Amino acid sequence: MLGRLTIEALPFYSWVAMGGAVVTILTVVLAAGAVTWAGQWRYLWVEWLTSVDHKRIGVMYIVLALLMLVRGFIDAIMMRAQQAIALNNEGYLPPEHFEQIFTSHGTIMIFFMAMPFLTGLINVVVPQQLGARDVAFPFMNSVSLWLTAAGAGLMGISLVIGRFSTAGWTGYPPYSGIGYSPGVGVDYWIWALLVSGVGSTMTGINFITTILRCRAPGMKLMQMPLFVWTSFCTSILMAFAFPALTVVAVLLGLDRTLGMHFFTNELGGNMMNFANLIWIWGHPEVYILILPAFGVFSEVTAIFSKKRLFGYRSLVYATMVIALLSFTVWLHHFFTMGSSPNVNAIFGIATMIIAVPTGVKIFDWLFTMVRGRIIFHPAMLFTIGFIITFVIGGVTGVLLAIPPVDYLMHNTTFLVAHFHNMLIPGALFGYFAGTQLWFPKAFGFKLNEFWGKMVFYCWFIGFYLAFMPLYALGFLGMPRRLEQYTNPDWQSFLLVAFIGSCFVLVGIFSVFMQFYVSIRDRNENRDLTGDPWDGRTLEWATSSPAAPYNFAVIPRVSSVDAFWTLKKEGSAYPFPEQYPPIVMPARTGAGVFIGLFGFLVGFAAVWYIWWLAVLAMVGGMTVLIFRSCNDHAEEIIEPETIMRIESQRKAQLISGGQSVAMGAPL
Amino acid sequence: MLSSRTVFLSKWLTILLALSLLLGCSMQSSPILYPKGPVAETERDLLFLATGIMLFTLLPVYLITFWSCWRYRAKGKGAYRPNWHQSIFVELFIWTGPLVIVVVIGILVVVYTYRLDPYKSLADSEQAFRVQAVAQNWKWLFIYPDQQVAVVNELAFPCDRPLSIEITSDTVMTSFMIPALGGQIYAMAGMTTRLNLKAYGPGLYTGRNTQFSGRGFPHMVFDVQSLSEADFDQWLERVKTSNNRLDDVHYQNLLKLENKHPVEYFSWVEPDLFGRIIGKYTGAKGALPLQKPRNLE
Repeated sequence: MLGRLTIEALPFYSWVAMGGAVVTILTVVLAAGAVTWAGQWRYLWVEWLTSVDHKRIGVMYIVLALLMLVRGFIDAIMMRAQQAIALNNEGYLPPEHFEQIFTSHGTIMIFFMAMPFLTGLINVVVPQQLGARDVAFPFMNSVSLWLTAAGAGLMGISLVIGRFSTAGWTGYPPYSGIGYSPGVGVDYWIWALLVSGVGSTMTGINFITTILRCRAPGMKLMQMPLFVWTSFCTSILMAFAFPALTVVAVLLGLDRTLGMHFFTNELGGNMMNFANLIWIWGHPEVYILILPAFGVFSEVTAIFSKKRLFGYRSLVYATMVIALLSFTVWLHHFFTMGSSPNVNAIFGIATMIIAVPTGVKIFDWLFTMVRGRIIFHPAMLFTIGFIITFVIGGVTGVLLAIPPVDYLMHNTTFLVAHFHNMLIPGALFGYFAGTQLWFPKAFGFKLNEFWGKMVFYCWFIGFYLAFMPLYALGFLGMPRRLEQYTNPDWQSFLLVAFIGSCFVLVGIFSVFMQFYVSIRDRNENRDLTGDPWDGRTLEWATSSPAAPYNFAVIPRVSSVDAFWTLKKEGSAYPFPEQYPPIVMPARTGAGVFIGLFGFLVGFAAVWYIWWLAVLAMVGGMTVLIFRSCNDHAEEIIEPETIMRIESQRKAQLISGGQSVAMGAPL
Repeated sequence: MLSSRTVFLSKWLTILLALSLLLGCSMQSSPILYPKGPVAETERDLLFLATGIMLFTLLPVYLITFWSCWRYRAKGKGAYRPNWHQSIFVELFIWTGPLVIVVVIGILVVVYTYRLDPYKSLADSEQAFRVQAVAQNWKWLFIYPDQQVAVVNELAFPCDRPLSIEITSDTVMTSFMIPALGGQIYAMAGMTTRLNLKAYGPGLYTGRNTQFSGRGFPHMVFDVQSLSEADFDQWLERVKTSNNRLDDVHYQNLLKLENKHPVEYFSWVEPDLFGRIIGKYTGAKGALPLQKPRNLE
């Protein structure tokens, strides 16, 4: 009846497992309790959970990402603490926990922190930058969100019921096969990836369509804001790369569940196929994570240098080249698998070629700053911090792309330092910068700058302290994923790295402190005009927060920096005499239920509760079919409502000191 | 009289200096910065050379960043030209600069990937010394086919001959590496990978598996000894006096001993044991029987 789910799945076997479970349960109970205490369940359900508004969905993605950032970071600092003390002793973590922790750290940070964070930013910003009222498929957007949340839920419940994988975030077989890893851990990993992967694929499809089909009239492709361009490339990568992950996870699942032999040692299986497939997804994935951040940096440098973006065309072409090349380099993740020098050399060179467009981008941002008037807003600090840190990661990346150097440094902490050196400044700093930049757009007030700077400096210093020692440790020959060691030379470096992670801890605290202080002081920091930074692109033309329909009058675009041009022409804020009604998608709980069923399918498959898996699958399909048959999936916003919202907006603009135009008659 | 602030600062500076000295000194033990063989040394030199070349992009980035942050800050002296957004000259420079560097390093990649192909035997006057390495749960078995002996967790070889290692795994995928002598290669069941290394002279190094392979992974370390001719013969004598012989039964038993295995000598080894271990997974005739995979979690 319950498959292999028995009482032993409960975490009574060690204090670490117990601790993880208690914290997870407490978090859920406290959150639910808080909502109940405030009596806000209805509000939460009606306004947020069932919303198909891209802005709300975006915010929910980012909330999920921040929660997962905390969880992933707890994993990180636990590992740093373990390695700081585990010289010639077992440290404080039992080996099995250390292994689960490095696996869940990687899985969470990539799939459930970075992916939701960038998807959230894209959701909030891209439709507004396009001058659109919503994404192309608002309901599918909601399904994507809830499937991602379902995957995160599987990660969460693995702390309470059963154990997580110990095979590392890439889950290399044969170790991850059923023979060597008979527990439920790898299955949790597979199903968390599969369920959320469907969400990511749909997000990709959704934004490709949105960007190609929902642009404001007049907006040519080469007039799209840079963030839209990078989101576009990211969406293409999502739609094309994630199927590879789905395939490889399904094949591994078949090996494990139905006794097949795709990747086993014996009976014709071969793990080298796995390595190829997972990195055919995995390398584009790196650019999925980084490109949106590149878009943020482009917007931030232009806004806070008070200057038009330098080399727009170069930046666009560089982005496209990066997206294309990202599919041609996967083999550099396993130069040491014994490929011939022909193969290794070709993939080495292909990898390095990516450094060219990336270098071009860096210089374009720098030349945007040149001849500008730089304001050191936290978002700009993140951008400058990114530039000077990211280039170090670029250098070590090119080093690792040289096959003979990779033979030396592969699998050492040098590699760990390298990819954190790309992803922390390259992706996370970008997401933070985006948060600082667009927070007022989502909530109507600005973030506190002091705490923003605290976030930056703690992360910046913490990053250097935590990861420069790992570069050095790579030279000392320390492999990654080491739970204990006997070489006394390593310990001092590991201690410094631990201190670095403590700085990052303060950085994460500051993130939440910044939200707290900003919400507390929100009345002093209202953004009345919707354009707090003297912005250049269309998202600043809407009110903050934007009306449900974003634009009552869809703007006409004739140039790059469309909003800038409109402001110069004096036609940025049109207020016609009357408005036609606007058709918007109606809220629906179907997405939530599909996510719930997705979670159940995953959970049931992990524990071999097949009747539940089938039932949940049928349930999800039924909800989908019913929703598709619904002829009333839209709601109409009446002209009176629009008039009321827009008059308020007009009054706000005037009190914010903006001159308003009458705008073109409709 | 020093102000308290100076005292405070100097105290921290002293601590910082002491710490960096401490860290700097421990770099002396780096097997990669101070290689002990020609392969590792060429790989290291390549690393240094490529880093040096890349400083040509790194330095301009830093210079422009700090210069523009200073000059174009709100109160800076730089002229404010908000519409300056393109320049053929700059574009040319930013595309060709990185391109030239990548072309130069690309040439290095081609030349050195062929030169340092781990499968290629090293050009040497002496004939290569053959060893076969088998990764097991959490130890390394070294078979010396020409000497007909086998050793667990100790790799000894005559230092005047290049070392030619054939590698496989009788468990999950691992990675074989002796950092002081050169780079690594994966060990995979049912397959052979190769590594050709050489030591400059007699010496003692550490080798290890660098690919996480389960609970005993931290202990999957072995001693490497490059010995003079005489010392090697002595070592071989010692191995040959061992009472243990590695036949099929003993091999299958050895597989089951998973924890922190000490160095163990076998004075005799079943002929073609290496081939028959690989045969387990390829279904070859006469291979050793395939055992059930062990729970490594």
